[in-house]
Amino acid sequence: MNETALVSRPQVTASGLPPAAPKMTIRKLDFYYGKFHALKDVSLDVAERRVTAFIGPSGCGKSTLLRTFNRMYSLYPGQRATGEIRFNGRNVLEARTDLNMLRAKVGMVFQKPTPFPMSIYDNIAFGVRLYESLGQRDMDERVEYALTKAAMWDEAKDKLKQSGMALSGGQQQRLCIARAVAVKPEVLLLDEPTSALDPISTAKIEELITELKNDYTIAIVTHNMQQAARVSDFTAYMYLGELIEFGETDQIFLKPKRKETEDYITGRFG
Amino acid sequence: MTEHTHKQFDAEMEAIRSGVLTMGGLVETQLSRAIVLVEGKADDGVAGQVGADEKTINQMQVDMDLACSQIIAKRQPAAIDLRMVLTVTKIVNDLERVGDETKKVAKKAAQAAQNARLAQVRYFDLSRAAGRAKEMLQLSLDAFARLDVNAAAEVIDLDDEIDAAFSAIMRQLISYMMEDPRTISPALEIIFMAKSIERIGDHAKNIAEAVVQVVKGIDVRHATAEQIRAEVAEE
Repeated sequence: MNETALVSRPQVTASGLPPAAPKMTIRKLDFYYGKFHALKDVSLDVAERRVTAFIGPSGCGKSTLLRTFNRMYSLYPGQRATGEIRFNGRNVLEARTDLNMLRAKVGMVFQKPTPFPMSIYDNIAFGVRLYESLGQRDMDERVEYALTKAAMWDEAKDKLKQSGMALSGGQQQRLCIARAVAVKPEVLLLDEPTSALDPISTAKIEELITELKNDYTIAIVTHNMQQAARVSDFTAYMYLGELIEFGETDQIFLKPKRKETEDYITGRFG
Repeated sequence: MTEHTHKQFDAEMEAIRSGVLTMGGLVETQLSRAIVLVEGKADDGVAGQVGADEKTINQMQVDMDLACSQIIAKRQPAAIDLRMVLTVTKIVNDLERVGDETKKVAKKAAQAAQNARLAQVRYFDLSRAAGRAKEMLQLSLDAFARLDVNAAAEVIDLDDEIDAAFSAIMRQLISYMMEDPRTISPALEIIFMAKSIERIGDHAKNIAEAVVQVVKGIDVRHATAEQIRAEVAEE
Protein backbone atom coordinates (compact mmCIF):
# COMPACT_ATOMS: atom_id res chain seq x y z
CA MET A 1 0.00 0.00 0.00
CA ASN A 2 2.85 2.29 0.86
CA GLU A 3 3.96 2.14 -2.73
CA THR A 4 1.24 4.63 -3.68
CA ALA A 5 2.83 7.18 -1.39
CA LEU A 6 6.20 6.58 -3.02
CA VAL A 7 5.12 7.31 -6.57
CA SER A 8 2.34 9.27 -8.08
CA ARG A 9 0.39 7.53 -10.77
CA PRO A 10 -3.07 8.95 -11.39
CA GLN A 11 -5.72 6.26 -11.46
CA VAL A 12 -8.45 8.02 -13.36
CA THR A 13 -7.72 10.35 -16.20
CA ALA A 14 -9.52 13.65 -16.56
CA SER A 15 -9.05 13.37 -20.31
CA GLY A 16 -11.50 10.48 -20.30
CA LEU A 17 -8.92 7.90 -21.29
CA PRO A 18 -9.06 4.69 -19.30
CA PRO A 19 -6.24 4.29 -16.81
CA ALA A 20 -3.21 2.83 -18.55
CA ALA A 21 -1.01 0.02 -17.29
CA PRO A 22 2.58 1.03 -16.59
CA LYS A 23 4.94 0.05 -19.41
CA MET A 24 8.08 1.09 -17.58
CA THR A 25 8.28 1.27 -13.81
CA ILE A 26 11.07 3.46 -12.49
CA ARG A 27 11.91 3.16 -8.81
CA LYS A 28 14.53 4.98 -6.73
CA LEU A 29 16.64 5.74 -9.75
CA ASP A 30 19.92 7.55 -9.15
CA PHE A 31 22.33 8.48 -11.89
CA TYR A 32 25.92 9.68 -11.78
CA TYR A 33 28.18 11.29 -14.35
CA GLY A 34 31.40 10.34 -12.58
CA LYS A 35 30.95 12.05 -9.21
CA PHE A 36 28.14 14.32 -10.31
CA HIS A 37 24.79 13.12 -8.96
CA ALA A 38 22.52 13.89 -11.92
CA LEU A 39 19.30 12.06 -10.99
CA LYS A 40 18.15 11.78 -7.42
CA ASP A 41 15.74 9.10 -6.26
CA VAL A 42 13.40 9.31 -9.25
CA SER A 43 10.30 7.11 -9.15
CA LEU A 44 7.49 7.15 -11.68
CA ASP A 45 5.54 4.97 -14.07
CA VAL A 46 5.55 5.44 -17.83
CA ALA A 47 2.04 4.47 -18.91
CA GLU A 48 1.52 2.10 -21.82
CA ARG A 49 0.30 3.65 -25.08
CA ARG A 50 0.33 7.08 -23.59
CA VAL A 51 2.61 10.05 -24.08
CA THR A 52 4.66 11.03 -21.05
CA ALA A 53 6.42 14.38 -21.32
CA PHE A 54 9.45 15.46 -19.31
CA ILE A 55 9.89 19.19 -18.83
CA GLY A 56 12.28 21.32 -16.83
CA PRO A 57 15.07 23.85 -17.28
CA SER A 58 18.37 22.94 -18.90
CA GLY A 59 20.44 20.61 -16.79
CA CYS A 60 17.49 19.30 -14.77
CA GLY A 61 18.18 15.71 -15.80
CA LYS A 62 15.28 15.10 -18.16
CA SER A 63 17.44 13.97 -21.08
CA THR A 64 19.60 11.96 -18.68
CA LEU A 65 16.48 10.21 -17.44
CA LEU A 66 15.41 9.41 -20.99
CA ARG A 67 18.86 8.02 -21.73
CA THR A 68 18.58 5.57 -18.84
CA PHE A 69 15.43 4.01 -20.33
CA ASN A 70 17.43 2.30 -23.08
CA ARG A 71 20.81 2.38 -21.33
CA MET A 72 22.15 4.86 -23.88
CA TYR A 73 24.52 6.07 -21.15
CA SER A 74 26.28 2.67 -21.16
CA LEU A 75 28.13 3.84 -24.27
CA TYR A 76 30.12 6.22 -22.08
CA PRO A 77 32.59 5.31 -19.35
CA GLY A 78 32.09 6.77 -15.88
CA GLN A 79 28.32 7.00 -16.17
CA ARG A 80 26.26 4.75 -13.95
CA ALA A 81 22.74 4.29 -12.70
CA THR A 82 21.37 2.59 -9.60
CA GLY A 83 17.83 1.66 -8.74
CA GLU A 84 15.29 -0.04 -10.92
CA ILE A 85 13.74 0.45 -14.35
CA ARG A 86 11.36 -2.44 -14.76
CA PHE A 87 10.44 -3.17 -18.37
CA ASN A 88 8.77 -6.42 -19.47
CA GLY A 89 9.48 -7.98 -16.08
CA ARG A 90 13.21 -7.24 -16.04
CA ASN A 91 15.31 -4.48 -14.52
CA VAL A 92 17.05 -2.97 -17.53
CA LEU A 93 19.83 -1.63 -15.29
CA GLU A 94 21.08 -5.17 -14.64
CA ALA A 95 24.47 -5.94 -16.16
CA ARG A 96 23.16 -8.96 -18.05
CA THR A 97 20.62 -6.92 -20.05
CA ASP A 98 21.07 -7.47 -23.81
CA LEU A 99 21.56 -3.85 -24.84
CA ASN A 100 20.94 -4.42 -28.53
CA MET A 101 17.60 -6.07 -27.85
CA LEU A 102 16.75 -3.39 -25.30
CA ARG A 103 17.42 -0.61 -27.82
CA ALA A 104 15.36 -2.41 -30.44
CA LYS A 105 12.45 -2.48 -27.97
CA VAL A 106 13.09 1.04 -26.70
CA GLY A 107 13.87 3.17 -29.73
CA MET A 108 15.19 6.70 -29.60
CA VAL A 109 14.97 9.81 -31.77
CA PHE A 110 17.25 12.76 -31.12
CA GLN A 111 17.06 16.52 -31.29
CA LYS A 112 18.84 16.90 -34.60
CA PRO A 113 17.71 14.62 -37.40
CA THR A 114 20.38 11.94 -37.89
CA PRO A 115 19.71 10.24 -41.21
CA PHE A 116 22.47 7.88 -42.35
CA PRO A 117 24.24 8.89 -45.59
CA MET A 118 22.30 6.34 -47.62
CA SER A 119 19.01 6.05 -49.43
CA ILE A 120 15.69 6.53 -47.69
CA TYR A 121 15.00 2.82 -48.14
CA ASP A 122 18.33 1.76 -46.66
CA ASN A 123 18.01 4.19 -43.77
CA ILE A 124 15.01 2.19 -42.64
CA ALA A 125 16.23 -1.27 -43.69
CA PHE A 126 19.55 -0.75 -41.91
CA GLY A 127 18.23 -1.19 -38.39
CA VAL A 128 15.88 -4.01 -39.38
CA ARG A 129 18.80 -5.99 -40.85
CA LEU A 130 20.57 -5.88 -37.49
CA TYR A 131 17.77 -7.81 -35.81
CA GLU A 132 15.96 -9.76 -38.49
CA SER A 133 16.77 -11.33 -41.82
CA LEU A 134 13.84 -10.53 -44.06
CA GLY A 135 13.38 -11.43 -47.71
CA GLN A 136 13.14 -8.62 -50.24
CA ARG A 137 9.34 -8.58 -50.27
CA ASP A 138 9.09 -8.61 -46.47
CA MET A 139 11.66 -5.85 -46.24
CA ASP A 140 9.73 -3.76 -48.80
CA GLU A 141 6.64 -4.23 -46.70
CA ARG A 142 8.48 -3.25 -43.54
CA VAL A 143 9.82 -0.07 -45.14
CA GLU A 144 6.32 0.85 -46.29
CA TYR A 145 4.94 0.06 -42.83
CA ALA A 146 7.53 2.27 -41.12
CA LEU A 147 7.15 5.17 -43.54
CA THR A 148 3.36 4.93 -43.27
CA LYS A 149 3.55 5.00 -39.47
CA ALA A 150 5.80 8.05 -39.71
CA ALA A 151 3.25 9.74 -42.00
CA MET A 152 5.65 10.10 -44.92
CA TRP A 153 4.88 7.16 -47.22
CA ASP A 154 3.04 9.35 -49.71
CA GLU A 155 5.92 11.83 -49.84
CA ALA A 156 8.67 9.23 -50.00
CA LYS A 157 7.27 6.28 -51.96
CA ASP A 158 8.50 7.59 -55.32
CA LYS A 159 11.97 8.48 -54.12
CA LEU A 160 13.02 5.60 -51.91
CA LYS A 161 16.36 5.41 -53.74
CA GLN A 162 17.17 9.07 -53.03
CA SER A 163 19.53 9.96 -50.25
CA GLY A 164 17.95 10.53 -46.87
CA MET A 165 20.26 13.53 -46.47
CA ALA A 166 18.49 15.31 -49.32
CA LEU A 167 15.23 15.57 -47.42
CA SER A 168 14.09 18.70 -45.55
CA GLY A 169 14.74 18.87 -41.80
CA GLY A 170 11.20 17.93 -40.92
CA GLN A 171 11.20 15.02 -43.38
CA GLN A 172 14.58 13.86 -42.05
CA GLN A 173 13.17 13.80 -38.54
CA ARG A 174 10.15 11.79 -39.65
CA LEU A 175 12.56 9.45 -41.46
CA CYS A 176 14.38 8.97 -38.14
CA ILE A 177 11.05 8.20 -36.47
CA ALA A 178 10.30 5.72 -39.29
CA ARG A 179 13.70 4.15 -38.72
CA ALA A 180 12.96 3.76 -35.02
CA VAL A 181 9.50 2.34 -35.74
CA ALA A 182 10.80 -0.13 -38.37
CA VAL A 183 12.29 -2.47 -35.77
CA LYS A 184 8.87 -2.64 -34.09
CA PRO A 185 9.80 -1.20 -30.71
CA GLU A 186 7.45 -1.04 -27.74
CA VAL A 187 8.63 2.29 -26.43
CA LEU A 188 9.75 5.38 -28.35
CA LEU A 189 11.98 7.92 -26.66
CA LEU A 190 11.94 11.35 -28.27
CA ASP A 191 14.59 13.77 -27.07
CA GLU A 192 13.50 17.25 -28.15
CA PRO A 193 12.39 15.90 -31.53
CA THR A 194 11.19 19.24 -32.89
CA SER A 195 13.57 21.82 -31.49
CA ALA A 196 15.46 22.03 -34.79
CA LEU A 197 12.29 22.21 -36.91
CA ASP A 198 10.03 24.93 -38.29
CA PRO A 199 6.45 25.28 -36.96
CA ILE A 200 4.80 23.33 -39.79
CA SER A 201 7.20 20.39 -39.46
CA THR A 202 6.76 20.62 -35.69
CA ALA A 203 2.99 20.41 -36.08
CA LYS A 204 3.38 17.35 -38.33
CA ILE A 205 5.61 15.59 -35.79
CA GLU A 206 3.17 16.43 -32.99
CA GLU A 207 0.31 15.04 -35.05
CA LEU A 208 2.43 11.97 -35.66
CA ILE A 209 3.09 11.51 -31.94
CA THR A 210 -0.66 11.46 -31.32
CA GLU A 211 -1.03 8.82 -34.05
CA LEU A 212 1.88 6.74 -32.78
CA LYS A 213 0.54 6.42 -29.27
CA ASN A 214 -2.12 4.04 -30.57
CA ASP A 215 0.68 1.50 -31.00
CA TYR A 216 3.59 2.65 -28.86
CA THR A 217 4.44 3.99 -25.45
CA ILE A 218 6.08 7.37 -25.90
CA ALA A 219 8.36 9.39 -23.65
CA ILE A 220 9.25 12.85 -24.88
CA VAL A 221 11.66 15.44 -23.55
CA THR A 222 10.79 18.94 -24.65
CA HIS A 223 11.81 22.50 -23.86
CA ASN A 224 8.57 23.69 -25.35
CA MET A 225 6.02 23.62 -22.57
CA GLN A 226 3.13 24.19 -24.89
CA GLN A 227 4.28 21.15 -26.84
CA ALA A 228 4.18 19.06 -23.66
CA ALA A 229 0.69 20.45 -23.01
CA ARG A 230 -0.44 19.65 -26.54
CA VAL A 231 0.86 16.14 -27.06
CA SER A 232 1.23 14.46 -23.68
CA ASP A 233 -1.13 12.60 -21.36
CA PHE A 234 1.22 12.80 -18.39
CA THR A 235 3.79 15.42 -17.55
CA ALA A 236 6.79 15.18 -15.26
CA TYR A 237 8.47 18.37 -14.07
CA MET A 238 12.11 17.94 -13.10
CA TYR A 239 14.53 20.31 -11.45
CA LEU A 240 18.15 19.77 -10.40
CA GLY A 241 17.92 16.02 -10.89
CA GLU A 242 14.75 15.58 -8.88
CA LEU A 243 11.26 14.73 -10.01
CA ILE A 244 9.31 17.65 -8.56
CA GLU A 245 5.85 16.82 -9.80
CA PHE A 246 4.30 14.13 -11.94
CA GLY A 247 0.68 13.98 -12.95
CA GLU A 248 -1.88 14.19 -15.68
CA THR A 249 -1.05 16.90 -18.18
CA ASP A 250 -4.55 18.35 -17.85
CA GLN A 251 -4.01 18.85 -14.16
CA ILE A 252 -0.40 20.06 -14.34
CA PHE A 253 -1.18 22.85 -16.77
CA LEU A 254 -4.33 24.05 -14.99
CA LYS A 255 -3.54 23.57 -11.32
CA PRO A 256 -0.15 22.10 -10.49
CA LYS A 257 0.21 20.94 -6.91
CA ARG A 258 3.70 22.31 -6.35
CA LYS A 259 4.58 25.98 -6.48
CA GLU A 260 7.89 25.16 -8.21
CA THR A 261 5.95 23.57 -11.07
CA GLU A 262 3.56 26.51 -11.29
CA ASP A 263 6.44 28.99 -11.40
CA TYR A 264 8.14 27.05 -14.19
CA ILE A 265 5.16 26.53 -16.45
CA THR A 266 3.95 30.11 -16.06
CA GLY A 267 7.37 31.50 -16.98
CA ARG A 268 8.32 32.75 -13.50
CA PHE A 269 11.52 30.80 -13.39
CA GLY A 270 14.65 32.67 -12.25
CA MET B 1 3.67 35.76 -6.64
CA THR B 2 7.12 35.71 -8.17
CA GLU B 3 7.62 37.86 -11.23
CA HIS B 4 7.55 36.51 -14.76
CA THR B 5 10.79 36.31 -16.68
CA HIS B 6 8.96 38.47 -19.25
CA LYS B 7 8.33 41.68 -17.33
CA GLN B 8 5.85 42.85 -19.96
CA PHE B 9 3.70 39.79 -19.17
CA ASP B 10 3.60 40.94 -15.53
CA ALA B 11 2.50 44.38 -16.65
CA GLU B 12 -0.29 42.92 -18.81
CA MET B 13 -1.55 40.69 -16.00
CA GLU B 14 -1.45 43.60 -13.56
CA ALA B 15 -3.40 45.72 -16.05
CA ILE B 16 -6.31 43.27 -16.21
CA ARG B 17 -6.33 42.80 -12.44
CA SER B 18 -6.41 46.50 -11.72
CA GLY B 19 -8.88 46.93 -14.60
CA VAL B 20 -11.34 44.69 -12.74
CA LEU B 21 -10.93 46.79 -9.60
CA THR B 22 -11.41 50.06 -11.48
CA MET B 23 -14.50 48.70 -13.20
CA GLY B 24 -15.72 47.28 -9.87
CA GLY B 25 -15.20 50.65 -8.23
CA LEU B 26 -17.38 52.36 -10.81
CA VAL B 27 -20.09 49.71 -10.48
CA GLU B 28 -20.06 50.26 -6.69
CA THR B 29 -20.41 54.01 -7.15
CA GLN B 30 -23.26 53.48 -9.60
CA LEU B 31 -24.99 51.18 -7.12
CA SER B 32 -24.59 53.74 -4.33
CA ARG B 33 -26.28 56.32 -6.53
CA ALA B 34 -29.14 53.93 -7.26
CA ILE B 35 -29.58 53.28 -3.53
CA VAL B 36 -29.99 57.01 -2.91
CA LEU B 37 -32.74 56.92 -5.54
CA VAL B 38 -34.42 53.94 -3.87
CA GLU B 39 -34.38 55.84 -0.60
CA GLY B 40 -36.05 58.75 -2.38
CA LYS B 41 -33.33 61.17 -1.31
CA ALA B 42 -31.83 61.96 -4.70
CA ASP B 43 -32.23 65.00 -6.90
CA ASP B 44 -33.10 64.86 -10.58
CA GLY B 45 -29.57 64.47 -11.93
CA VAL B 46 -28.79 61.17 -10.24
CA ALA B 47 -30.90 58.89 -12.47
CA GLY B 48 -29.10 60.29 -15.53
CA GLN B 49 -25.74 59.76 -13.87
CA VAL B 50 -26.57 56.08 -13.23
CA GLY B 51 -27.38 55.68 -16.94
CA ALA B 52 -24.10 57.35 -17.93
CA ASP B 53 -22.19 55.05 -15.54
CA GLU B 54 -23.76 52.06 -17.24
CA LYS B 55 -22.44 53.17 -20.63
CA THR B 56 -18.91 53.57 -19.24
CA ILE B 57 -19.15 50.13 -17.62
CA ASN B 58 -20.19 48.58 -20.95
CA GLN B 59 -17.15 50.09 -22.64
CA MET B 60 -14.89 48.79 -19.86
CA GLN B 61 -16.27 45.30 -20.40
CA VAL B 62 -15.38 45.42 -24.08
CA ASP B 63 -11.88 46.79 -23.37
CA MET B 64 -11.18 44.23 -20.65
CA ASP B 65 -12.31 41.31 -22.81
CA LEU B 66 -10.00 42.51 -25.56
CA ALA B 67 -7.06 42.76 -23.16
CA CYS B 68 -7.75 39.19 -21.95
CA SER B 69 -7.99 37.86 -25.52
CA GLN B 70 -4.67 39.49 -26.34
CA ILE B 71 -2.94 37.90 -23.35
CA ILE B 72 -4.26 34.47 -24.35
CA ALA B 73 -3.17 34.96 -27.96
CA LYS B 74 0.27 36.35 -27.21
CA ARG B 75 1.34 34.75 -23.94
CA GLN B 76 -0.39 31.34 -23.86
CA PRO B 77 -0.88 31.64 -20.10
CA ALA B 78 -0.88 28.45 -18.04
CA ALA B 79 -1.91 27.42 -14.53
CA ILE B 80 -2.47 30.43 -12.19
CA ASP B 81 -2.15 32.91 -15.07
CA LEU B 82 -4.67 31.04 -17.20
CA ARG B 83 -7.07 30.76 -14.29
CA MET B 84 -6.66 34.47 -13.63
CA VAL B 85 -7.34 35.51 -17.24
CA LEU B 86 -10.40 33.25 -17.53
CA THR B 87 -11.67 34.51 -14.18
CA VAL B 88 -11.21 38.14 -15.16
CA THR B 89 -13.40 37.62 -18.23
CA LYS B 90 -16.08 36.05 -16.01
CA ILE B 91 -15.91 38.80 -13.38
CA VAL B 92 -16.04 41.51 -16.00
CA ASN B 93 -19.19 39.88 -17.35
CA ASP B 94 -20.76 39.82 -13.89
CA LEU B 95 -19.85 43.44 -13.24
CA GLU B 96 -21.43 44.50 -16.50
CA ARG B 97 -24.63 42.69 -15.53
CA VAL B 98 -24.61 44.40 -12.13
CA GLY B 99 -24.39 47.67 -14.06
CA ASP B 100 -27.50 46.68 -16.05
CA GLU B 101 -29.46 45.67 -12.95
CA THR B 102 -28.45 48.85 -11.16
CA LYS B 103 -29.69 50.90 -14.07
CA LYS B 104 -33.02 49.06 -13.90
CA VAL B 105 -33.29 49.75 -10.17
CA ALA B 106 -32.54 53.44 -10.73
CA LYS B 107 -35.06 53.70 -13.55
CA LYS B 108 -37.83 52.03 -11.54
CA ALA B 109 -37.00 54.10 -8.46
CA ALA B 110 -37.41 57.29 -10.44
CA GLN B 111 -40.65 56.11 -12.08
CA ALA B 112 -42.26 54.31 -9.15
CA ALA B 113 -45.43 56.04 -8.12
CA GLN B 114 -45.53 57.11 -4.51
CA ASN B 115 -47.87 55.16 -2.30
CA ALA B 116 -47.95 55.84 1.41
CA ARG B 117 -48.85 52.28 2.29
CA LEU B 118 -45.74 50.93 0.55
CA ALA B 119 -43.34 53.46 2.01
CA GLN B 120 -42.13 51.06 4.69
CA VAL B 121 -41.27 48.35 2.09
CA ARG B 122 -39.67 50.72 -0.31
CA TYR B 123 -37.75 53.01 1.96
CA PHE B 124 -36.76 50.49 4.57
CA ASP B 125 -36.76 46.83 3.43
CA LEU B 126 -35.75 47.45 -0.16
CA SER B 127 -33.03 49.96 0.57
CA ARG B 128 -31.67 47.68 3.27
CA ALA B 129 -31.50 44.75 0.80
CA ALA B 130 -29.78 47.05 -1.71
CA GLY B 131 -27.24 48.03 0.96
CA ARG B 132 -26.56 44.36 1.64
CA ALA B 133 -26.07 43.71 -2.07
CA LYS B 134 -23.58 46.56 -2.21
CA GLU B 135 -21.68 45.14 0.78
CA MET B 136 -21.55 41.77 -0.97
CA LEU B 137 -20.20 43.38 -4.11
CA GLN B 138 -17.53 45.28 -2.15
CA LEU B 139 -16.54 42.17 -0.24
CA SER B 140 -16.31 40.10 -3.43
CA LEU B 141 -14.07 42.70 -5.06
CA ASP B 142 -11.91 42.84 -1.92
CA ALA B 143 -11.67 39.05 -2.05
CA PHE B 144 -10.51 39.35 -5.65
CA ALA B 145 -8.00 42.11 -4.88
CA ARG B 146 -6.42 40.08 -2.07
CA LEU B 147 -7.16 36.64 -3.57
CA ASP B 148 -8.76 35.89 -0.22
CA VAL B 149 -10.85 32.72 -0.30
CA ASN B 150 -12.19 33.26 3.22
CA ALA B 151 -13.69 36.60 2.22
CA ALA B 152 -15.08 34.88 -0.88
CA ALA B 153 -16.74 32.23 1.28
CA GLU B 154 -18.31 35.00 3.37
CA VAL B 155 -19.86 36.56 0.25
CA ILE B 156 -21.30 33.20 -0.72
CA ASP B 157 -22.92 32.92 2.73
CA LEU B 158 -24.36 36.45 2.53
CA ASP B 159 -26.24 35.59 -0.65
CA ASP B 160 -28.75 33.52 1.35
CA GLU B 161 -29.56 36.63 3.35
CA ILE B 162 -30.43 38.62 0.23
CA ASP B 163 -32.51 35.77 -1.13
CA ALA B 164 -34.41 35.68 2.16
CA ALA B 165 -34.91 39.46 2.07
CA PHE B 166 -36.32 39.16 -1.46
CA SER B 167 -38.82 36.50 -0.37
CA ALA B 168 -39.87 38.62 2.61
CA ILE B 169 -40.46 41.68 0.41
CA MET B 170 -42.49 39.54 -2.00
CA ARG B 171 -44.69 38.18 0.80
CA GLN B 172 -45.33 41.63 2.18
CA LEU B 173 -46.21 43.12 -1.17
CA ILE B 174 -48.54 40.26 -2.07
CA SER B 175 -50.54 40.88 1.07
CA TYR B 176 -50.75 44.61 0.31
CA MET B 177 -51.89 43.89 -3.24
CA MET B 178 -54.60 41.49 -2.05
CA GLU B 179 -55.91 44.05 0.41
CA ASP B 180 -55.87 47.05 -1.86
CA PRO B 181 -55.75 46.86 -5.67
CA ARG B 182 -54.49 50.46 -5.88
CA THR B 183 -51.14 49.24 -4.56
CA ILE B 184 -50.69 46.75 -7.41
CA SER B 185 -48.96 49.08 -9.81
CA PRO B 186 -46.38 50.56 -7.37
CA ALA B 187 -45.92 47.15 -5.72
CA LEU B 188 -44.98 45.61 -9.06
CA GLU B 189 -42.36 48.32 -9.56
CA ILE B 190 -40.92 47.51 -6.15
CA ILE B 191 -40.91 43.78 -6.97
CA PHE B 192 -38.91 44.48 -10.13
CA MET B 193 -36.42 46.51 -8.12
CA ALA B 194 -36.18 43.78 -5.48
CA LYS B 195 -35.56 41.20 -8.18
CA SER B 196 -32.74 43.30 -9.64
CA ILE B 197 -31.17 43.65 -6.21
CA GLU B 198 -31.42 39.92 -5.68
CA ARG B 199 -29.66 39.42 -9.02
CA ILE B 200 -26.86 41.81 -7.97
CA GLY B 201 -26.31 39.53 -4.97
CA ASP B 202 -26.10 36.56 -7.33
CA HIS B 203 -23.48 38.32 -9.46
CA ALA B 204 -21.42 39.18 -6.37
CA LYS B 205 -21.63 35.51 -5.43
CA ASN B 206 -20.40 34.56 -8.93
CA ILE B 207 -17.42 36.88 -8.46
CA ALA B 208 -16.64 35.25 -5.12
CA GLU B 209 -16.84 31.79 -6.68
CA ALA B 210 -14.48 32.92 -9.43
CA VAL B 211 -11.98 34.02 -6.77
CA VAL B 212 -12.11 30.51 -5.26
CA GLN B 213 -11.44 29.12 -8.73
CA VAL B 214 -8.36 31.31 -9.23
CA VAL B 215 -6.86 30.47 -5.89
CA LYS B 216 -7.87 26.84 -5.49
CA GLY B 217 -8.24 25.72 -9.08
CA ILE B 218 -11.62 24.15 -8.36
CA ASP B 219 -14.99 25.02 -9.80
CA VAL B 220 -17.41 25.71 -6.94
CA ARG B 221 -20.22 27.22 -8.98
CA HIS B 222 -22.68 24.44 -8.27
CA ALA B 223 -21.37 23.42 -4.86
CA THR B 224 -23.28 23.94 -1.62
CA ALA B 225 -22.15 26.59 0.87
CA GLU B 226 -20.92 23.79 3.18
CA GLN B 227 -18.85 22.20 0.40
CA ILE B 228 -17.34 25.57 -0.45
CA ARG B 229 -16.44 26.25 3.19
CA ALA B 230 -14.80 22.81 3.39
CA GLU B 231 -12.77 23.45 0.21
CA VAL B 232 -11.72 26.90 1.38
CA ALA B 233 -10.63 25.54 4.77
CA GLU B 234 -8.44 22.91 3.08
CA GLU B 235 -4.85 24.00 2.75
